Amino acid sequence: MIMAWVLVLVVLGSVIFHLVSPWWWTPIASNWGYIDDTLVITFWITGIVFAAIVLFMAYCVYRFRHQSGRTAEYDPENKRLEIWLSVVTSLGVAAMLAPGLIVWKQFVTVPDDATQVEVVGQQWFWSYRLPGEDGRLGSSGVEWISSDNPLGVNPHDRFGADDVIVEGGNLRLPIGKPVKVVLRSVDVLHDFYVPEFRAKMDMVPGMVTYFWFTPTRTGDFEVLCAELCGTGHAFMRSYVQVQEQADYDAWLADQATFASLQQGQPVRVAKQP
Amino acid sequence: MANASDRPDAGIPPAEVPDLALPHPHSWWAKYVFSQDAKYIAIQYACTATAIGLVALVLSWLMRLQLGFPGIFDFITPEAYYQYITMHGMIMVIYLLTALFLGGFGNYLIPLMVGARDMVFPFVNMLSYWVYLLAVLVLVASFFAPGGPTGAGWTLYPPQAILSGTPGGQGAGIILMLVSLILFIIGFTMGGLNYVVTVLQARTRGMTLMRMPLTVWGIFIATVMALLAFPALFVACVMMLFDRLLGTSFFMPALVEMGQQLSYGGGSPIVFQHLFWFFGHPEVYIVALPAFGIVSDLISVHARKNIFGYRMMVWALVIIGALSFIVWAHHMYVSGMHPYFGFFFATTTLIIAVPTAIKVYNWVLTLWRADIHLTLPMLFALAFIVTFVNGGLTGLFLGNVVVDVPLSDTMFVVAHFHMVMGVAPILVIFGAIYHWYPKVTGRMLNVGLGHIHFWVTFVGAYAIFFPMHYVGLVGVPRRYPEIEATFITTPIAGLNAFISVAALTVGAAQILFLFNLFWSLRNGREAGPNPWRACSLEWQTPETPPKHGNWGKELPVVYRWAYDYSVPGAPEDFIAQNDPGPRVERDGPP
Ligand code: HEM
Ligand SMILES: [Cu+2]
Ligand SMILES: [Cu+2]
Repeated sequence: MIMAWVLVLVVLGSVIFHLVSPWWWTPIASNWGYIDDTLVITFWITGIVFAAIVLFMAYCVYRFRHQSGRTAEYDPENKRLEIWLSVVTSLGVAAMLAPGLIVWKQFVTVPDDATQVEVVGQQWFWSYRLPGEDGRLGSSGVEWISSDNPLGVNPHDRFGADDVIVEGGNLRLPIGKPVKVVLRSVDVLHDFYVPEFRAKMDMVPGMVTYFWFTPTRTGDFEVLCAELCGTGHAFMRSYVQVQEQADYDAWLADQATFASLQQGQPVRVAKQP
Repeated sequence: MANASDRPDAGIPPAEVPDLALPHPHSWWAKYVFSQDAKYIAIQYACTATAIGLVALVLSWLMRLQLGFPGIFDFITPEAYYQYITMHGMIMVIYLLTALFLGGFGNYLIPLMVGARDMVFPFVNMLSYWVYLLAVLVLVASFFAPGGPTGAGWTLYPPQAILSGTPGGQGAGIILMLVSLILFIIGFTMGGLNYVVTVLQARTRGMTLMRMPLTVWGIFIATVMALLAFPALFVACVMMLFDRLLGTSFFMPALVEMGQQLSYGGGSPIVFQHLFWFFGHPEVYIVALPAFGIVSDLISVHARKNIFGYRMMVWALVIIGALSFIVWAHHMYVSGMHPYFGFFFATTTLIIAVPTAIKVYNWVLTLWRADIHLTLPMLFALAFIVTFVNGGLTGLFLGNVVVDVPLSDTMFVVAHFHMVMGVAPILVIFGAIYHWYPKVTGRMLNVGLGHIHFWVTFVGAYAIFFPMHYVGLVGVPRRYPEIEATFITTPIAGLNAFISVAALTVGAAQILFLFNLFWSLRNGREAGPNPWRACSLEWQTPETPPKHGNWGKELPVVYRWAYDYSVPGAPEDFIAQNDPGPRVERDGPP
């Protein structure tokens, strides 16, 4: 008896908590509103299923609880009911999977006009590299890492010479331009995570990973690490500052390039393979 | 035609396999320490698993103290916090749940439920326990190693797991953890082979596969899965041990640690993740399937009604078991593996939802027009359905690749897996203990204490983990001992403190439960052989608790499935499996 009421209260409590509690996702600042939409669809479908099943249980517990003289029905199988339920479930699942896969297709298809930005993770801070005037990032590798080449940019690659290096600072991005974020780690796994952008991706030493997004709102957005990387994991922070194009250009013009950081060492031009 | 099948033992084959010759213990040691009786081994497994599980419980209090009241407990440094989560997670999943379901319930129930005298290989079965105990001791030793236990997270991802930025990475912590896991797998394999062979070879006459109780089916399929999944973890542990001790580079690319070039090169951290989750996802079901099986039987017995759709239930177990080997990479959507894998793994993952949902429907449909006795096992079974449905549904968020992107590695994931593979199976374990304790000890557990235990645990656990989803939805990452960040627009400190208070309360209720277990040994009401009036064989033993050899002189003969409850026209509301009584015409399994 009490159990029937508690089951009803569990459903009511959960629904009310969902609707009125102030804890919800942080306002979005990227083009991935579709992800939020898919999430909301999923909330609706699963919420209805949860309420239906638990309320059905509550009804059974109330209606069919043991009282003297009660006997249960003998009812081993019911093919039609079982098939019917399987079909309905499959349809519900498809209704969530289909939009999910469509949005995933967009998520993994980087637009041609996206600019590349590199994020490098190491214990326990972030560094960034932007392509210079040539619009291309030079190649890189851990074997070139040294005190005056902290990101391991290949000194023999001419595309790297004009790359802008931001070590341990913040990343700036112009608003409204798609960016392909290229991710690297020099030591252990990290994960570049900005809650407002909805996207995240692990950075893996020895590999280059990526994702893309378009910033849609100016402001400062905090970068967190979302893959356990040792004791400093929770304190590995930085900001992405999304700016109007003009402010961004002004800032970019002020930045040191890789070549200038090499303290006058001439940058040899690599032979094209 | 005079119908031969009217004879009660029609269709019951003569014994093909001679009755087992049991080893009979001659000394005190052989009887009470190195026992080869599966029932005794089961109790040894259960006590050891509970003891180490208590350590994990205490660690969860410490973690919740830190999260709920950050900055107050100076001794909980980030290093310590990471050690707590790692040991808590690993103990709960492997050393408690896997050991308790398979080593504990498997050993006790399989021989009794299929009508065997014991496991087929009693000596190997005994060894299995002692190797498990050794694995636990090695794990405990890591708490006392210089530098403490590993803090790499229960997933042990390299490279950080074996580097100096992680607690225990360059000390003995990670080595002891890997050795302990290797031992656990060896011990489990010895037990697991036993469970499989016993189910296949030692069933009594008339006990066809399709007459086995779902408990046996759940444990059987889970064991087959474990035998296929654990080897992946085994090789991953051995290779990581080589990387750490011998300087090989299976999982280690060239890398620079704190400005220092290390001599590793050429390995891949992602390969470890594939191996880990090839084990890790089936592991979720290794814990879940025994719970599915047991809860089916609890519901059926206490609702006095046959489980609805028995054959569908068996096939759903088999299908879930098979599919769970091709979904592992849903744990790796944002790991950097090729993004096109996302399409495949999201699809397989959501397909698994269908057989899983069928199981849930059949549980609740069993309640329809039943005669529901709200005993403690039934209450826990109902609570299981609530938490399992809740956690299963949030799994649809995380399985649907693009929805997982914002949620992965946040507290949403922590809430999800606690609901579905933490709270739900543990509720089944409690229900099962209230249900079978009378068979194991001959006495009932105290009902009053049991009710307090039930209500605090069910409502409390829901209060811990339901709101935790919203902490993750806000964006708080997991494995953060404290969180201060600008994206949090509504403060979550109050919510976190609430969750912590609920966690401590639930923890306290478990102490009450332990007290009940000890107190009722002496003071519980006498149970008699079949207090729940259940059909399955374990309740039909000549003695309670069952003696060595289980069945006295003659093995039982089985005439029907395990679910003949409330058969119309039968004198009582159950007909035991070994009752030759009336043949029941039904649309369903024989
Ligand atoms: C009252 C009971 C429990 C409480 C209060 C609790 C609490 C917690 C907390 C606070 C964390 C760390 C979250 C983070 O910062 O990432 C955690 C992690 C974890 N828990 Fe529990 N837990 C409980 C029971 C269980 C059970 C029964 C299981 C069994 C499956 C379990 C498995 C895990 C796992 C696998 C992790 C992940 C560890 C990691 O991130 O490496 N917990 N738990
Ligand atoms: Cu990190
Ligand atoms: Cu999984």
